[in-house]
Amino acid sequence: MSELIYMDNAATTAVRPEVFDKMAPFFMENYSNPSAIYSFAQEGKKAVEDAREQIASSLGAKPQEIYFTGGGSESDNWALKSVAESYRGKGKHIITTSIEHHAILHTAEYLEKQGYEVTCLGVDADGMVSLDELEKAIRPDTILISVMFANNEIGTIEPIAQIGAIARKHGVLFHTDAVQAYGHVPIQVDEMNIDMLSASGHKFNGPKGIGFLYIRKGIKIGSFIHGGAQERGRRAGTTNTPGIVGMGEASRLAHLEMEENMRKEAAIRDYLIEKIEKEIPFVKVNGSRTDRLPNNVNVCFRFVEGESLLIMLDQKGICASSGSACTSGSLDPSHVLLAIGLPHEIAHGSLRLTISPEITREQADYVVENLVQIVGRLRSMSPLYEDYVKNQK
Amino acid sequence: MYSEKVMDHFTNPRNVGEIEDASGIGTVGNAKCGDIMRMYLDIDEDTKIIRECKFKTFGCGAAVATSSMATELVKGKTIYEALKVTNKAVMEALDGLPPVKVHCSLLAEEAIHAALWDYAQKHNITIEGLNPPKADINEDIEEEEL
Repeated sequence: MSELIYMDNAATTAVRPEVFDKMAPFFMENYSNPSAIYSFAQEGKKAVEDAREQIASSLGAKPQEIYFTGGGSESDNWALKSVAESYRGKGKHIITTSIEHHAILHTAEYLEKQGYEVTCLGVDADGMVSLDELEKAIRPDTILISVMFANNEIGTIEPIAQIGAIARKHGVLFHTDAVQAYGHVPIQVDEMNIDMLSASGHKFNGPKGIGFLYIRKGIKIGSFIHGGAQERGRRAGTTNTPGIVGMGEASRLAHLEMEENMRKEAAIRDYLIEKIEKEIPFVKVNGSRTDRLPNNVNVCFRFVEGESLLIMLDQKGICASSGSACTSGSLDPSHVLLAIGLPHEIAHGSLRLTISPEITREQADYVVENLVQIVGRLRSMSPLYEDYVKNQK
Repeated sequence: MYSEKVMDHFTNPRNVGEIEDASGIGTVGNAKCGDIMRMYLDIDEDTKIIRECKFKTFGCGAAVATSSMATELVKGKTIYEALKVTNKAVMEALDGLPPVKVHCSLLAEEAIHAALWDYAQKHNITIEGLNPPKADINEDIEEEEL
């Protein structure tokens, strides 16, 4: 098999041809600035507003609650920094979790340096936040709770509706980083009491460099990028018409096909997990088995280091990722794997496979066949495995 | 990100395995930071020449490649010559390493030293210029972080 098997869809996805076709006219034909008054600009303006309506309706929100940004990280930065700034009269306490994406964690650390207090909630062995602990962490000066919808590494889906209900009960704003979840699982902002939500176009077959922040009407936060009247004065910068149009179309397709895609992906996901557990010894599945993104497989192979595993998979045409320290350029493995209680040496041997609906059983078989060989080979070279075997004797 | 030589030594590592009744064995690194290397030396009693050198490594591509290259560089050398195989020599022989992977070559050098130390201890000899291996490489790292 010489084809590329792409199992890193949590990193980024391919732009769908329908999405690309819809974007194409806005580069060379209708290149107008939608802020302009002449009629040439009207088509672009309408396309942008259509995309806004599509995204709003997918969330059960109003179009004027959707603000386009440069991507997920910008949305996260905007949500945290602007709530901190705008609500500091009420307090300077923020609650988040230890398994958030760095766009949240590093922003929270930045805010700590600015004099804010951050409570970072731990998670259980599945990566699940405790509702009880969350509620106990709320104080009179708490201004924001930010909990990710689903974890990018281990795929665990957090109890968002319950968290939203707790936040609402205590009158605290609730933001969720839904970068991995939006377009993959159903999200309804009213039912789930979500006040703010970050998403990114390229995680659901849209283009890179575009995302959005949902901000519930009535929430008074300032603009993050200053310099123009775009996005109702809250996010300056010339409108990225092709990007927005592409993300809108990607959203439409993702929601149209969501049920079918979830079913297909979950079937292959479960097939992969089952087969890996059956065919490779000393494996641990990370993340919740039940509340899990349909496209996420995350396992640790003991006595094996992740980067070596990835290079060998790459040589077989398989794209995957790992939470090993060597892939992050630091000495510590993934903060998420450590947060769910894995010892360092086991966390170093993690493998994340994030599939797409197009992945077939045959491709899954090919991946597991290669994993069996590669893990076996790396273990035969591993002094940790040697010690383990000797100690068993 | 890796040179062709690194990829070659990672994909086809030389001298992987164990030596039974080895003259010296050295294990360095720490699973916590993601790299462990173990070197086995078979040393001729009279000539002090390293007849055989094998390794086992838990670690990234660079860790495997540097171990493999280090075994190649010390094989056939006397223990005194082997002591002079530096991490720089290992790196150069591999046509360089990315900056974040330089520590892997240091680990390879230390693994050789640790195996030589083990040999010296077992045979009650002193090898000039050879220091005892660090008990735990991770201790140093934590100190640096403080």
